[in-house]
Formats: sequence, C-alpha cells, structure tokens
Amino acid sequence: MSLLELTDVTKVFGGLVAVNDLSFSVDEGSVVGLIGPNGAGKTTVFNCITGNYAPERGSIRFSGENITGLRPHRIVELGIARTFQSIRLFGRLPVIENVLAGRHCRMKAGLFACMLHTPGQRREERAAVARSLEELSFVGLTDQAEAMAHALSYGNQRLLEIARALASDPRLLILDEPAGGMNDQETAALVELIRAIRGRGITILLIEHDMRLVMQVCEKLVVLEHGTLIAEGEPAALRENPAVIEAYLGADDDRW
Amino acid sequence: MEQFFQQLLNGLAVGGIYALVALGYTMVYGVLKLINFAHGDLFTIGAYLGLTLLASWNLAGVLPPAVAVLAVFVMVGLLVALIGVLLERAAYRPLRGANRLSAVVSALGASIFFENAIMLIYGARVYVYPDFLRPDFTVDLFGVSVPGVRLLILGASVALMLALSAFIQRTRMGAAIRATAIDPGAARLMGINVDRVIALVFLIGPGLGGMAGLMVGIYYGQIDFTMGWSYGLKAFTAAILGGIGNIPGAMLGGLLLGVTEALAAGYVAMAWKDAVAFLVLILILIIRPTGILGERTADKL
Amino acid sequence: MSRTPLYVALAVVIAGLPLVCNAYWTDVCVMIGLYALLSLSLNVMLGQAGIFNMGHAAFFAVGAYTTAILNTVCHWSIFLTMLPAGAAAGLFALAVARPIIHLRGDYLLIVTIGIVEIVRIALINDVFGLTGGANGIFGISRPVFFGFRIVKGLQFYYLVWGMVGVSMLLFYGLWRSRFGRALNYIKEDDVAAEGCGVNVTGYKLAAFTLGAAWAGIAGTVYAAKMLTIAPESFNFMESVILFAVVILSGGSQVGVLVSVFLFIGLPELLREFSEARMLIFGLAMMVMMIWRPQGLLPPLPRRYAMPPPQEGARP
Repeated sequence: MSLLELTDVTKVFGGLVAVNDLSFSVDEGSVVGLIGPNGAGKTTVFNCITGNYAPERGSIRFSGENITGLRPHRIVELGIARTFQSIRLFGRLPVIENVLAGRHCRMKAGLFACMLHTPGQRREERAAVARSLEELSFVGLTDQAEAMAHALSYGNQRLLEIARALASDPRLLILDEPAGGMNDQETAALVELIRAIRGRGITILLIEHDMRLVMQVCEKLVVLEHGTLIAEGEPAALRENPAVIEAYLGADDDRW
Repeated sequence: MEQFFQQLLNGLAVGGIYALVALGYTMVYGVLKLINFAHGDLFTIGAYLGLTLLASWNLAGVLPPAVAVLAVFVMVGLLVALIGVLLERAAYRPLRGANRLSAVVSALGASIFFENAIMLIYGARVYVYPDFLRPDFTVDLFGVSVPGVRLLILGASVALMLALSAFIQRTRMGAAIRATAIDPGAARLMGINVDRVIALVFLIGPGLGGMAGLMVGIYYGQIDFTMGWSYGLKAFTAAILGGIGNIPGAMLGGLLLGVTEALAAGYVAMAWKDAVAFLVLILILIIRPTGILGERTADKL
Repeated sequence: MSRTPLYVALAVVIAGLPLVCNAYWTDVCVMIGLYALLSLSLNVMLGQAGIFNMGHAAFFAVGAYTTAILNTVCHWSIFLTMLPAGAAAGLFALAVARPIIHLRGDYLLIVTIGIVEIVRIALINDVFGLTGGANGIFGISRPVFFGFRIVKGLQFYYLVWGMVGVSMLLFYGLWRSRFGRALNYIKEDDVAAEGCGVNVTGYKLAAFTLGAAWAGIAGTVYAAKMLTIAPESFNFMESVILFAVVILSGGSQVGVLVSVFLFIGLPELLREFSEARMLIFGLAMMVMMIWRPQGLLPPLPRRYAMPPPQEGARP
C-alpha cells in the first residue's frame, strides 16, 4: 500500500514549469530515490510535498489523506519530516535544542503551563529531552549535545538535521541530498544510518547525486528531467534505460 | 471643480517632493536591500543647510534671489550628498556582510542621531524661511489662477527626476548601478566596483533628498527638526507604493501619494491627513507588497 | 559564567533604592520601573522571536485609555480595569497583527510605526468620542488594593517593581519551555522552524498578543500614577526608545533591566546631558550593531539535565 501518492502535480514559477504533471508513489517501508540532472525540479517536488510550495495543479495524498496546500507545520504533524539541501539548523542554539525543535510538535504544554511550569509541563519536558538524547545517540552525536549547532562539522550538521527530523516521529522522512559535502567514510556511515532508519519502520524518500549511495539503499528510483517523469522502477533496470542515460549524458554528476 | 484642480496641483507639487525623497530610499534599497531610515533626516539636513546658506551667509542679499536659490540648491545637494557618503562609510559599510536587520537597526540609530544633532545645533524651535524667496506670482491655468511656486516646485522635481532617469538609463555608471541592483556578486565578477556604485548611490539619493528639503522650506516657509520623520515615512510609503527598488515606481508612487493625501485632506478630513499615508502603506504591504511596478519574485528556500 | 550575582545585586539595589531616594527620585524610579515592564513585554516578541515591532507604545496607549475610560466613565476601580486593559491591548494587537505578521523584519518595522501613528492620530481626533481629543483624559482615581489606597510614590514604587519581578518570573518560565524555544527557532530561521513542525504564524501572533497585553497592563499602572493621560505620551519616540532598549539589551531579562537603567535612568542622573540623551541613544545603536551586534547581555544557553558520560564513550 502506498504511503505517499502524487497525482498530476504541477508547479509553475512565473512562466517556468518547474514540475510538470508528475505522478509517482512511495510504498510504506520502502526507500525511494528521486534523481535527475541539476535543475530537474527535484527539490521543488520536495517543497510541494512538505507544504513550502502550493502546487498549481494536482494532488498529494499521504496515508490516504489529501495534504495538498497544507502549511508545512501541519504536514510535519501528520508525519512527514524533512531535511534541507542547504543545511538549515538553528546555528546559535545548542545541538540538543535543535533536536527538541523536531520534538516540539509532539508536545502539548500551552502558554500558561509554560509560564508556570506545571507538573505536567515538567514531565513532558523531561520526556522530550530524553527522547532527543536518544535521537542524538542514534545518529552518533551524543557527546556534542551541548555544543552550538554551527560549531559542528559539515557532515555532523547533516546528521543533526536527520536527528531533528526523526524526533518528530515521522512515518515518512524526506532527505534532500543527505550525502552532500560528506567524504567517503561519512557517506558509508550514512548508508548504514539510512538502513537503520528504515529498520525502525520509517519510509524514506531522498534526493541524492551520489549514485553509489542511491544504488545501495534505494529499492525504487523516480527519474526527473525538466520537471517531467522520464522513468521509474528498480535501480538495476533503470541503469539500462536509454531515456535515463540520455538525461544524464553531459550532466555534472556522472557517477554511475 | 476649481477646488479639485487646486488640490490636485498642490498634491502634485508635494508628490514631486515625496518622489525626490523616495528615489533615495528606492536606490539604496535597490543596491543594498536596506531601508535607509536616516534618509528622512538627510532631507531635514538639506532644509537646515539651505536656511543657513540663505540667511546666515546672506547669499540672498548678495545675489539676485533667483540666482541665490539656484546656487543654494546646488550647494545643498553637494553637501548632503557628502554627508550621505560619510554615513554609508561609517554606519553601513561595516555591516555589509552582517545580518540584514543589524543594518536596519544601525540605520535607525543614524536617524535618531541626525535628528538630535540637528536639534542640538539649531535648537528645538521652528525656523522660518525668508519669505521673499517664495515666488509670489500666479499663473492662469485653464481659467484657474495657480500659485507659481507650485508649478516651479513640480517643474523642478520633474526635471531632477528626468535627469536621474537619463543618467540611470543612458550612462555607463547608470548601467553599473542597474547591474549591481540585480546581482552585486555577478556585478563584481564583471569588473564593476560595487563599493563605488554604492558610494555613488549614497551621493545621488541624499543629494536629491537634501534638495527636496530645501524645496519644502521654500514651499511651506517653515521647517523643524522632526520633519524628516513624517516626510521620510511618506516618501518610503511612496517607494513601496511604486515598488521598492524601482526608480520609475518611486516617481509614480510619490506623485500618487501626494495627490491622494491632498484630496483626502480636502474632501475627507484635514485632521486625518497624516493617517492617510500610513493607511496606504499598510494596505499596500498587505495586498501587494511588490508595489504597482514591482515584479513578483519567487521566494527562495 | 553565572549571572546569579548580577541578579542578586539588582534585586538588592531595587529593593533598597527607595530608602536612599527622596520623593523626586522615587518618582523617577517608578518611571524606570514602568519602562522596565514595557521593555520586558517587548522583549518577548522582539528579543525572543525577532518580531520587529516599533509600535509598542500603541498597545501601552490602548491599555492606559481602557483603564482611564472604565475608571472615569464607568467608575471601575483601577485594579479591576487591569484585566480589561490587558485584554483590549492584546485583542487590538491580535487584530492588527493578523494581516501583517508574515511581513519581513524591515517591512514589519515600518508598518508598526504606521500603526502607532494612526493610533495617536485617532486619539487626538477623539475617536468614538471617548478619548478626550488632544487634551486626553483627566480625573483618573488612585488604585485601591484590598482597601489599601496607593497614593505615594513609594507605594507605586513597590507596586511597579513588584509587577516587574512577577513578570520576570513568568517570562523566565516561558523562556525555559517549548514556547520560548519556539520563539528562538523563529528568530533564528523561520522557514526551518516551520519545516520542523513549529506553527510559525501561531507563535508569532501569540508572542505579539502576549507582549501587547502586558504593555496594556503597564498602561493601567501608568494611568493610575499620572491621573491624566494624553495622546502625546504615546508617541512614536516612546516606541523607538523601547525598541532601542530591547535591541541594546541583547534579549536577556537581566540585560533589559541593565539597559533600562543605562538608557532611562542614567540620563536622569546626568541632567546637564539630558538633551543629548537621544543623540547618544542613536550613536549607541550604530556602534553596538557594528561592534557587538548580539547586544549587551544576550541570554545564556538554557541548561538541560544531561546523563553522565558513559564508560567507553567516544572522547
């Protein structure tokens, strides 16, 4: 059964059609890669799913519910968490608070409970901190919990974004170039991490240019060119697909 | 009908002044993406400098009034332009790479600083411009007698705006300003000296603003040290109305706001005149933040 | 680095100050306390959430006028008007903020200037026939606290500074909670905050409304202290002063207090320079943005109970 389903999604900027009648689906429990040359509209698709953009046409359904045009925080509440291509952490806040940001939407304390620190609020706060530390330990950043986020290395910042996303109890995790800026060693660790996330039953949709990573972790690929779907299917089969080879010829990221 | 015509012309004259001040906001915003809050006070400085040159230096006694006024116009323009360049050097250039809102706060500080410096130097009282400077002829226009000063003010501001347009559209330096406004990084790579372009913008904008201050002194006959705030805010409204960063937009916005205000004062209620500009500002920011001539750009994530 | 000694010193100074002050200086300290109350309320939105509100005097005015009208027309006692004053200011803030809260910092700044000016012009024009025009409202009565009538400067001093103390405790609680963190996330990066599941618009509006309501309550105290209120007390310069105090403070509550004493209190001590007060203000804003953009005393990081480091953990 498909967890996420895009139907005829179209997004236009000015006169430019960034995403054109795109339809694909993501099965529950799978790892799906969204690939294509630079400028193919991959991140725009992500931004439509996460509610940062409202598509002009088409519908996006998550777990059977229509989420088209909902505001981003509502979509996070429904169970879709994301990371950003250009890392967007809260740099001047401690690492632990960055993870707590993901936990925020699962907490309930209201204005007055927060002002007065009621027993319920304290309990909830303790649980949230404990859970955030678990996520930090899951991605291997426990010892950095009190450091400022901007002080982390590039690779660790990517991991922190993943921990922040995981803290919101997502059913679907959207990763926008998670290996961007990582060295080979870090990328290898990331492959393990993605498998571990999947092992927790979380579905993953990712954009990635590093084809070795894509080939290792994805069981399905969706290939985009100029905002249009040109192929989808199993990675091994797509390697031989002439349309895909054509799209990638001359592209910068020729790392098949 | 005659009242309408008079209000319209009055609105256009005041609107021309707004437009001149608005050009300073919009040009600075164009290249730096900064609201130069101190711009209104540069306008006030223009008005005070004009008064000092005319009265204390007794230029008007030595030269024929028309020549004296022209000379003072040029001198005020140059002096205020100089202050503008110094302001950019001292308060904005050190913040070029910093958080945009830091520069906004610095601009606000500069504005408060200038306003109070004027008050400390000149005192808090209202100053009166020598009234023989105010041309007192009238012109018969379509059977209505119109004060000549209105037409002169309107004519002067339109002439300055046309000169600026020609400069921006026809010269190499104008092209450099346009290029920097679109993308400072790319402009730098193409060999444009962005620092010099910014200095140039801080020469032209405050220069025009200072001359506008002088015009207000001549038109209304009196000035005070707080006038920069209300004129500044109205001119900023005009810049937003036309589309901030857009030079023809600032001109259109200024004239439109001047007329709207004059008609509202004449037909709705004088007491609410100052609220009109703010209302226009709030409505335009809610309904169409890009202004009349501004282009909508997609938000980058 | 702990700030506990700073807090203790401030508390001792504030509690003991009236003992060494004459009536005049006590009154000055009451005004400083009112500014502190207003600045702390502005800090919730400006310092914590980065909402550039330069119209805070408008909400202060709504509160003061609500109290004045309820007291002089309906003869409510002052303390009873405190709640409606806060509610009126908060609701007014909510209504005006709803359509503009999404605007970028510098635009929001300009719009809030517009709002405070429109409010002042409306008060001068005697809107609804209740505000008394340019002369304002006079004949406001003294507050009575459980039969105890607050008249003297000293009594106002402890009332105002008591309220400052309570506000600081409540706002501290807020800061140390998911609410405070949400405001900080928004200040750092509102797109990322929304993308993590924080209802950015909701929290911005909540912070705006809360801060405005607090300013409204401060308005009640102001009306009761002055007995007369007029539109000119709520002009745009008041908003600028509050804005500058909060920006220069760095956003911590103790920083706000220090900043209030520096910028409101110190000029009173240096009377001969008081004309140049705003000049120095402006200069300080420029210099501060260039050399110390984080402000005088930015908040220290919140602390969380961390588990002890485990055996064999990575170094």
